[in-house]
Amino acid sequence: MSLRPDVLLAILGMALVTYAARAGGYAVLRALRPPPFVEAVLRHLPGALFMAYVTPPLVAGGPAAWAGAACVVAVQLRTRNFGLAIVTGVAVVWGLQAMAE
Amino acid sequence: MTVTFTRAGFARGFRKALPLWLGMAPFGLLVGLLSDAKGLSFVEAMLMTTLLYAGAAQLLVLELWTDPAPVLAATGAAFLVNLRMAPMGAALAPWLDRLRGWRLWGTLATLVDHSFALSVAEQRAGGRDAGFLLGVGVSLWVAWAAVVAAGYALGSTVRLPPGHPLFFAATAAFLSILVPLWRGARTDLVPWFVAGLVALAAHRAGLPIPLPLLLGTLAGASLGAVLERRRAP
Repeated sequence: MSLRPDVLLAILGMALVTYAARAGGYAVLRALRPPPFVEAVLRHLPGALFMAYVTPPLVAGGPAAWAGAACVVAVQLRTRNFGLAIVTGVAVVWGLQAMAE
Repeated sequence: MTVTFTRAGFARGFRKALPLWLGMAPFGLLVGLLSDAKGLSFVEAMLMTTLLYAGAAQLLVLELWTDPAPVLAATGAAFLVNLRMAPMGAALAPWLDRLRGWRLWGTLATLVDHSFALSVAEQRAGGRDAGFLLGVGVSLWVAWAAVVAAGYALGSTVRLPPGHPLFFAATAAFLSILVPLWRGARTDLVPWFVAGLVALAAHRAGLPIPLPLLLGTLAGASLGAVLERRRAP
């Protein structure tokens, strides 16, 4: 249960730049009134961001991960229930990996 | 557009995020276990978790952690990983522009990938209550602190090997978030494919952790913008 000064300094530094990214990004981009192209990029940002997130681990995951991913998407489409989609995906991957062993 | 900020909107966002708690569990447990393994005290681990509230950044920073703490390297790495959040606030401007004071700057402090994605989907569905964004953010903040604390407490008693099926929950969470963001093949197919492909190529090329994500995101989003403006009359 200690709080060392060097660790505290690192945490405060990280917290500061993280808040700068969260709030400063909004403040700066609003003040500068981005051109239409930048606004179009922002509209396409969420989909691109999460695709960039999931693609490397999915490709590396192999057939079990691909089957799990297909189930996640199918369940999400059917039920619009995030929790059910995630649990189903994990269960499918777990089951397939267990069978492969 | 009339934008409100109500307790009901907050509660709805809070509840909407509950299923996502599950997706944070493996990631948070990992960050908790790693904080313990890297010699952080419980107070230090929880201070970092509650103030940063950014899983990818925490994971990356913990991987390069040394004793004494690498103040500059950690700060620089956190900035690089979290820079992706800068445009999120601007994208949510239709809501945020109508807020003032703590409602604006406090809500921005809770902004994460999931709350951004859910709120964009909510906006596209005609949602007008900005309390939703804060509700999702606070809900996941509570979950994040809880799972990291659990991971730290479990410490050496539970060691999930890399590749354990539970880690798939993080990927599954992002996949299920992608589903409501899909606006049809004409708009999204090519940009999404390119975003994934560029991230994969950068990953395969051995670029350090935040770069594949940043490059893939920028490539996909700017291509989407180019195609959209070429189609526009």
